Amino acid sequence: MSDYVIHDHNGDGIDRRGFLKCMAWAGTGAFCVLQGGILKSFALGQMDHAQARSLKGELSFVQISDSHIGFNKPANTDVIGTLQAAIGKINALPTPPEFVLHTGDLSHLSKPEEFDALEQNLKSLKTGRVFYVPGEHDVLNDNGKQYLERFGKDSLGDGWYSFDQKGVHFIGLVNVLNLKAGGLGNLGREQLEWLEKDVKHLKSSTPIVVFAHIPLWVVYPDWGWGTDDGAQALSYLKRFGSVTVLNGHIHQTMQKVEGNVTFHTAMSTAFPQPQPGTAPSPGPLKVPAEQLRSLLGVTGVNYVRGRHSLAITDSSLAG
Amino acid sequence: MKKQLMFRMAALLLLLLGVVAFGTGNARAGSQESPAAQVKIDNFSFTPTTLTVAPGTTVTWTNSDDVPHTVVSDDKLFKSKVLDTDEKFSYTFTKPGTYPYFCSVHPKMTGSIVVR
Repeated sequence: MSDYVIHDHNGDGIDRRGFLKCMAWAGTGAFCVLQGGILKSFALGQMDHAQARSLKGELSFVQISDSHIGFNKPANTDVIGTLQAAIGKINALPTPPEFVLHTGDLSHLSKPEEFDALEQNLKSLKTGRVFYVPGEHDVLNDNGKQYLERFGKDSLGDGWYSFDQKGVHFIGLVNVLNLKAGGLGNLGREQLEWLEKDVKHLKSSTPIVVFAHIPLWVVYPDWGWGTDDGAQALSYLKRFGSVTVLNGHIHQTMQKVEGNVTFHTAMSTAFPQPQPGTAPSPGPLKVPAEQLRSLLGVTGVNYVRGRHSLAITDSSLAG
Repeated sequence: MKKQLMFRMAALLLLLLGVVAFGTGNARAGSQESPAAQVKIDNFSFTPTTLTVAPGTTVTWTNSDDVPHTVVSDDKLFKSKVLDTDEKFSYTFTKPGTYPYFCSVHPKMTGSIVVR
């Protein structure tokens, strides 16, 4: 079976009202190219070598997410093993990624030994650096104090920060703290004010990549899959020609395009979760052992300067 | 002096009456132990969502999910540590009132304890 899934967008590649169009579920990934803020998707098998080469950019990085080190329930009793498979997949890339983004839930229960195991394993990554944002599982009991000491030393506030790489502006946000009863993910006033200032000096032509654990757009509020003040954050990014939002939390890939903004969620390296509304709750999905790795994976992102485009590739751990 | 002694005796009498009344109340409840009630945490929800108990009841939450949850009252009166699978948290409600609470990890999960 192919490692990739084909998404036919009937030529224009856009569904401005909805999302889920570029949703890769059954054991695979999607290859998507963002050009001038418009998403186009390709079937990898149909792409010739010239096309593949032209999509190779000057900046490539990988996103991994939701490693849940410490989880040992039937949905996956070997989360270290599947994390190592993800690392193997990244280390086998023809061009090593400049850096790796981990979009949270490094640990399952915020235990020191879980963070230790994650750090130790990620040391074998062939990449320049690993950037982190916390998931709700990383800030249990201590409001993220331990996470900040280990993974957020150079960050501001609860762990947010930004950096520039080859003309692309990257912003890491924290939306898993101070959650309100009945609410969704939360950024908070202080972080929003910082974000507004952070992007103020940038030219509108600067490509922006925002990453955070919980989706910044409302995927499925009944399961808490969204961020209450996410729209406020995105309003500061409206003037930019190319914005890519990378999230985790929902343990499956989903993509939506709205204007110049492409939203994308990554697979977990630990266990899959059900599609919205297809189960009584978003708890870990137990699948036959031989299917598990096809539902876990990594996300690669390529930036091509001048073409104003970011190409996003999801690949599963199977095969 | 005499007045003070009488005051003390009256206070003692009131206290005794109180103990008797309390004792009768307990006997009527049919048990000498403080009452207990359970809330199940399952499928990312609290069951029952609203639980009504008498003052003095100890409520115990048990997490039956594969993922950790917490039990935190909206006004922070009580706050559990993170509960992994099969872990429990108990709190004794003494004063009548309505106590809304939620899971601080998954804030869409809400419930409430009514004490009356």
